[in-house]
Amino acid sequence: MYSRKLLEEFTDPKNVGVIEDADGVGQLGNPADGDVITIYIKVRDGILTDVKFKTFGCAAAIATSSMVTQMAKGRTIEEARRITKEEVAEALGGLPPGKMDCSNFAPDTLRMAIEDYQNKHNI
Amino acid sequence: MKRIYLDHSATTHVDTRVLEAMLPYFSEKFGNASSLHSFGLEAAEALSSSREQVAAALGAEPQEIIFTSGGTESDNMAIKGSAYMCSSRGRHIITSVIEHPAVLRTCEQLEKEGFEVTYVPVDNEGILDTQFLEDSIREDTILISIMHANNEIGTVQPIKEISELIEGRGIVLHTDAVQSVGKIPVDVNELGVDMLSISSHKLHGPKGVGALYLRSGVNILPIVQGGGHERGLRPGTENIPGIVGFAKAMAIAREQLEADSRHMQRLRDSMVEKVRSRIPYSRLNGHEIKRLPNNVNMSFRHVEGESLLMLLDMQGVAVSTGSACSSKSQKASHVLTAIDPGVDYIHGSLRFTLGRENTMEEIDLVVDLLEEAVIKLRRMSPFEEGN
Repeated sequence: MYSRKLLEEFTDPKNVGVIEDADGVGQLGNPADGDVITIYIKVRDGILTDVKFKTFGCAAAIATSSMVTQMAKGRTIEEARRITKEEVAEALGGLPPGKMDCSNFAPDTLRMAIEDYQNKHNI
Repeated sequence: MKRIYLDHSATTHVDTRVLEAMLPYFSEKFGNASSLHSFGLEAAEALSSSREQVAAALGAEPQEIIFTSGGTESDNMAIKGSAYMCSSRGRHIITSVIEHPAVLRTCEQLEKEGFEVTYVPVDNEGILDTQFLEDSIREDTILISIMHANNEIGTVQPIKEISELIEGRGIVLHTDAVQSVGKIPVDVNELGVDMLSISSHKLHGPKGVGALYLRSGVNILPIVQGGGHERGLRPGTENIPGIVGFAKAMAIAREQLEADSRHMQRLRDSMVEKVRSRIPYSRLNGHEIKRLPNNVNMSFRHVEGESLLMLLDMQGVAVSTGSACSSKSQKASHVLTAIDPGVDYIHGSLRFTLGRENTMEEIDLVVDLLEEAVIKLRRMSPFEEGN
């Protein structure tokens, strides 16, 4: 079963949406597998000033997406890149055993968005 | 918060009349039906009248009813028992791709033991391809097991047609009727089956009890060894309170079938119509007409079923989904995969299974909550426009 914290995050997710002029975009997953996460980042002076997501998936996928965007916002690129699945899971009060892979999914997508930003800006 | 239960294909609450019938058999009438004294006699009488009630509800003879622990055991007993009995004559079995795991896993086990199994496909509406089935029949085919109604999408299979197809060919026909009994007429002679599995808790009886109908003259080997209970086919002291409750539930289901079925179908059709008109890009999974009167299985484009289920649960509405997320990727159920509603819909399915006590007010409220939940999730979906 899901933790109370995860369910709260799932029902009231933060940072849902698209950043139209995003500096970096990451997308992971496959609609055929039942989950897709897209994360948009806005970067100023090496700091993630805005982070938004759109997710198709289970409650864990949505809650971890929301949590990772909140953890990344206001952090430096280096800090955001180092967010681990364990940190995300812990912030949500833990994940059911079968869902641990979900918590990997959101930080990996964030890392893809950061890479996208770095490629675009030759960093 | 008022809770609304729309998961009657998972299980049902025990009817108060059933509970009342059961209670004496836990305490004062606790005897073992095999005992020779008066306590035993009380239990034996209860067992005997329960057998008559269950048989009558199915158009069967009392001696054709074997009490079991439920649908899974009945399916195992029917398939393994029949396969082992007939193995000298042949080792080929036919079933379908959309059977319950109790049938599929049992068939897979028999494959490991040297039997051959053909899995007949279904069309996009979940109806069995009877031509494929007919073409699959071989000289060494000994058993056909096709469910009466599907547990996920509620499609009702042409069992009578299959029985006519194989008449006189010496093939044993089994059907898993766990979902159909109490929803649509189930008469073993009308269907023409040799074996039929039933579960008590799907029809407002207690859990842990069910039956296998075994036609007179059809023989199976026991899969559990022990005493002589249930003609030696299901040894073990009989679960008298459970059996009494099950029989009462069967009698009620039979008596109320027409009214219950009409009521549930009215709710079902109204729900499907309202969902279709209110929620764009929703689709009904399964057959429009050839389905159980209490089954509404719908998919919603670009949203995921488990998320929908969780949002509804938070509003007190209990439903189920064919999209169970396990580890890395969410696997759609084997039934949804078989009918293939397309990549945009396959993970967005919800199953609403109605009960005789649900009301139109509840259905209206659920449609409202469902619409809100779909809108909310679509707003988050990367496949949908907008911020």
